[in-house]
Amino acid sequence: MSPPNGPSTAGTITALPVAEQILEPSPAAKLRRRVFGHAGVTIGAGVLLVIIAVALLAPVLAPFDPLDQDLTQRVIPPVWHEKGSWEHPLGTDQFGRDYLSRLMYGARISLLIGFVAMLISGFIGTALGVAAGYFGGRVDMVVNFIITTRLSLPVILVALAVVSIIGNSLWIVIWVLGLLIWDRFAVVMRSSVQQVRDLDYVAAAKALGCSTTRIILSEIMPNIVNNLIVVATLEMAHAILLEAALSYLGLGVQPPAPSWGLMISEGKGMIFFDSWLIGIPGAALFAMVLAINLLGDGLRDVTAPENRN
Amino acid sequence: MLQYALKRLAVAILVALTVSMVTFSLLHLTGDPAIALAGESATQEDIENIRRVYGYDRPFLVQYANWLGNALTGDFGRSHYLKTEVADVVFARLPTTMILGASAITFAFILSIPLGVLAAIKPNTIFDRLALTLAVVGQALPSFWFALIMIFWLGIQWRLLPISGTESWQNFIMPAIALGYYVTPAIMRLTRAGMLEVLASDYIRTARAKGIRPGTILFKHALRNAIIPVVALAAVQFGFMLGGSIVIETIFAINGLGFLAWESIQRADLPMMQAIVLVLACFYIVLTYLADMLNAFLDPRIRVG
Repeated sequence: MSPPNGPSTAGTITALPVAEQILEPSPAAKLRRRVFGHAGVTIGAGVLLVIIAVALLAPVLAPFDPLDQDLTQRVIPPVWHEKGSWEHPLGTDQFGRDYLSRLMYGARISLLIGFVAMLISGFIGTALGVAAGYFGGRVDMVVNFIITTRLSLPVILVALAVVSIIGNSLWIVIWVLGLLIWDRFAVVMRSSVQQVRDLDYVAAAKALGCSTTRIILSEIMPNIVNNLIVVATLEMAHAILLEAALSYLGLGVQPPAPSWGLMISEGKGMIFFDSWLIGIPGAALFAMVLAINLLGDGLRDVTAPENRN
Repeated sequence: MLQYALKRLAVAILVALTVSMVTFSLLHLTGDPAIALAGESATQEDIENIRRVYGYDRPFLVQYANWLGNALTGDFGRSHYLKTEVADVVFARLPTTMILGASAITFAFILSIPLGVLAAIKPNTIFDRLALTLAVVGQALPSFWFALIMIFWLGIQWRLLPISGTESWQNFIMPAIALGYYVTPAIMRLTRAGMLEVLASDYIRTARAKGIRPGTILFKHALRNAIIPVVALAAVQFGFMLGGSIVIETIFAINGLGFLAWESIQRADLPMMQAIVLVLACFYIVLTYLADMLNAFLDPRIRVG
């Protein structure tokens, strides 16, 4: 990577006073300033951290058990309605389950599915993309073919069909999504590797006799990891949206689990009079995905080389 | 150009074959169609019978070759549930989905191209911000939730639009918006980027120097050149959209291919599911092929390299 004092040392070794060199912020400090100065990153990361905290602390924070039914307390509106009360701040659903507690536990499901599906697809896509970009030639042709084939398959339809045949559980949904959405990882990693593959430091590593594995892991990967992180955040959001859609259609997470997509699906029959049953989980889903996307887009801006100085 | 077109065509056909293979294996190897077909109260003997009658006892590759051979002649077998020819049902439902897709892409164009152009001619202004916000929001909005919100406000509260069915053109407004909104960000971003690039080019400067009216420069010189990659992208997005129409068609009870797919999944109607996935995949393959040709026609570097 670049020398510790940044680019200013290059041609000015004799001319520049020492004091000014010290005043020049370190690359890490510059990066920190860019990250925290970027509204998208700050807001996205902030909202996401709150959601993650709520999800992790759900057993402590949730006022009720998310699965506990109380048929005497059915469809109580949220607190801002005239009939609402602070006992159930977001009301209850048609089985008398506390909506706030279900929402909190639902965040766990969305985050878990999004994160693990992203890890699976990230692993597949990165392996394919890096291999295609680094080796080129035949390998590239084959990988391109696999990517094109994958893109031709309609994701939602195939996921629905497969889940309907092998049966649905949380982990089946995670694996089906993970095995389907690696395409963007592969495409982005491939072109990122192509950009750094022929640079001097890679050639130097080759000349030193480094093994291919070592070149890829310690010369190439560190220089494309920013692109990887950006794709990872966007794909996590993608997986969360897909899970919600699958659960909404009844082929994702199964009742009585508190998935947000499922909550919207269960509430849709009551859209006439109790539309908040749809509004609340939908807004939560929207906020989560928006936060992740803002973070991803922001990280892309912040790490783009043209914005470095 | 011809050589490139033929080479791409060969790849496209190979992709279609692979997709058919993947689809067939996915649906056959992940479950036992005979058990699904026999229902819950079936005896072992019933299952054996069904296996024989439908040919599920034959080797996997034989079944695949047989199915593919028939599919190439337009015969996708008989529906397990409807007991009619799969091809008849699929092609009867296809036009509805095409109408929905065409309306959705039209909506996406109407929204995204003016915004993209505005964002490009006035960068870093309120238009640019608005366009960017719309793109970020659009990507985060769950399409089925957005559809339900529209149903609630436009359909139930204000009673402006019908909320289900396909009786009139008004039935297609909300579904087209819900489906089209999803592809708007991508089209808009490409329009903006393309316009920015074209507007900075030499021939636009020449046109300005000649004193041509700004409006003429914008529409006749700049947009015409910036729009072609956008059309290519839209073709690909159209293919994605058809695949995603299952959610929207289900919500609005639109009797198209997506709704048929949803019904077939509920009924474990394997031949129907296979046919729908294959038809949608082939659509996508054809559209990407056309998009590639359009790009290659414009950019000689692609067809040589």
